[in-house]
Amino acid sequence: MADPTGLRSLQEDGQASALARSPAPFRVRVGRSLWNAFREMPWPTRACASWLVLIVTVAIFADWIPGLQDPNYQGFLFGKSKTLDPPSMEHWLGTDNVSRDILARVVHGARTSLIFAGGVLLCGLVFGGLLGSAAGFLRGRFEAVVMFYVDVSLAFPALVFFLFAITMLNTRGLGIMTVAVALLIIAPYTRIARANSLSVSDREFVTAARAIGTSRPRILVREIIPNVYPTLVAYSLIVAAVLVILEATLSFLGIGVPIPRASWGGDINMARRDIAINVWPMIPPILALVATILSVNVVSDWLRSNAASRSSAL
Amino acid sequence: MGRLIAGRMVRLVATLLLVTFVTFMATSLLPGDPVNALIPIEAQQDREFVEQVREEWGFNDPLLVRYGRWLGDAVRGDLGDSYVTGRPIIDEITPRLPVTGELMVVTVLLGILIGVPLGLVSGYREGSRADKAVSAVAQFGLSIPNFVLGLVLIYVFAIKLRWLPATGWTRISDSVTGNLKSVAMPAIALAVAEVAVYLRVLRSDIISTLKENYILSARAKGLKDRFILFRHALRPSSLTLTTLIGLNIAGLITGTIVIEQLFAIPGLGRRLFSAVFQRDYMMVQGLTVLLAAAYVIINATVDFIYIAIDPRIRRRA
Repeated sequence: MADPTGLRSLQEDGQASALARSPAPFRVRVGRSLWNAFREMPWPTRACASWLVLIVTVAIFADWIPGLQDPNYQGFLFGKSKTLDPPSMEHWLGTDNVSRDILARVVHGARTSLIFAGGVLLCGLVFGGLLGSAAGFLRGRFEAVVMFYVDVSLAFPALVFFLFAITMLNTRGLGIMTVAVALLIIAPYTRIARANSLSVSDREFVTAARAIGTSRPRILVREIIPNVYPTLVAYSLIVAAVLVILEATLSFLGIGVPIPRASWGGDINMARRDIAINVWPMIPPILALVATILSVNVVSDWLRSNAASRSSAL
Repeated sequence: MGRLIAGRMVRLVATLLLVTFVTFMATSLLPGDPVNALIPIEAQQDREFVEQVREEWGFNDPLLVRYGRWLGDAVRGDLGDSYVTGRPIIDEITPRLPVTGELMVVTVLLGILIGVPLGLVSGYREGSRADKAVSAVAQFGLSIPNFVLGLVLIYVFAIKLRWLPATGWTRISDSVTGNLKSVAMPAIALAVAEVAVYLRVLRSDIISTLKENYILSARAKGLKDRFILFRHALRPSSLTLTTLIGLNIAGLITGTIVIEQLFAIPGLGRRLFSAVFQRDYMMVQGLTVLLAAAYVIINATVDFIYIAIDPRIRRRA
């Protein structure tokens, strides 16, 4: 039987990556309602899923939530609030060292995180997925060129590449950050997609499609790609956790999003300067960050183990 | 096996060439004239002087010639001079290597010493309360970014309890206890994620190994559980772990950069950072090449070790 996950071919590469350990992929059945999946979860997983839904909703609608629209509003400039205020009715989580509302910062920090992670994942899925699927199906020179790119970008440690890129391009910001990391993330996506595409190409239905004279682009679009993507989507949840950590880390180090923009990592760094005097402003962004990463990990673990038992019947 | 290793060696050299080439080209082709970093702004108006400097530093030669010359020097340990301090890059890097090296070694040792026993126990007692507790803690460990953990450690042990210094580094040659004190928090901040990864991998390997038929026959022979666990199960289960530890050492390069910055440790990562902020192109280029090369070489070494210890791969080759 062909190897539907493509993991075996990855291992034959001698590359026992962390990926080679991930269990079988799950099929995202959109028709089957997400609500059912949600109800099947044990309560801790359900709590994590709810947190993710909350964070994503809040991040999307951050600009329209009354009282929280402007994360850079400094009340003390207008005599309205003090710096480092404790939580109050007016500022539910208090204010930071320049009297900005911490809740608003956390909400808009979620948005920064979401834009970054979403953008990078989209690039990985689209470019990596298509390049890899085509490479595994078409083989030949095209595959060689694609894998050359993959090899080069896998040879750089991510942070080193990023530091190198921002120095040479002499620019900072959410955009350059997303593009630079997307360039790196395309490589593992391409690799997985190619491995999957290689094994799907051996399956009977592809042979059958060939036999009835289907054109190669059509096979690629109709047979290969739909069978490659479920694994990539499952992989995306693992990557999402890594990306949230990465955005926070880069902003914490002062090389991510530039300063006035709200970011969990950047805000933690701001609050770090007062760590000996007042530790409170650091706590909400840290909790939001850790809770989000934990939730992504828990939900993706649950989806994988559950999907493994469900799709084994296929 | 010889052919397999030879093939891998060729690939290793090719990757190293690629990495150096890409780094060099990126440095040379991107906007920003390196001459501007070399001479003061007043002197930049003086066309003749600028031209003379360009000629002197060899900026006027064709790119490939410059790459060849640069690579030749780099192989002999000469990565050029820093634009900012004017000192040879290699001289700035060498005293920092042992610092980063120590941090990585201590991290991995901590990871193995804590992760392996925990993985063994929770794999052997799958489903028990201890196993569930360990798994939950591991899940948490994987979800806390290392810099957050570092901050929490600093807050508790440096600011509240005043047991350990928050930042800085004492060399082991100056004071052994001082060195231990300065490595403790950074290493723990890095090691928690390692522990979590090691124990998860070992746990699932032990669980699947214990289901093998030869374990059943060992049990049938009346061997003690503990004997089976250590003599029959641990060795085959440690294959993946060995590879993973190797891969993670390469991955730790990123971790040490973050942690060195947080704890102000004078290692390679911190130097890379200051070079980024000073726009010291030569230093950034040198360190990028060095770290990427280390990354590639460590990964290749892991491959070799894997070939050497896994009898199945050895035989197939």
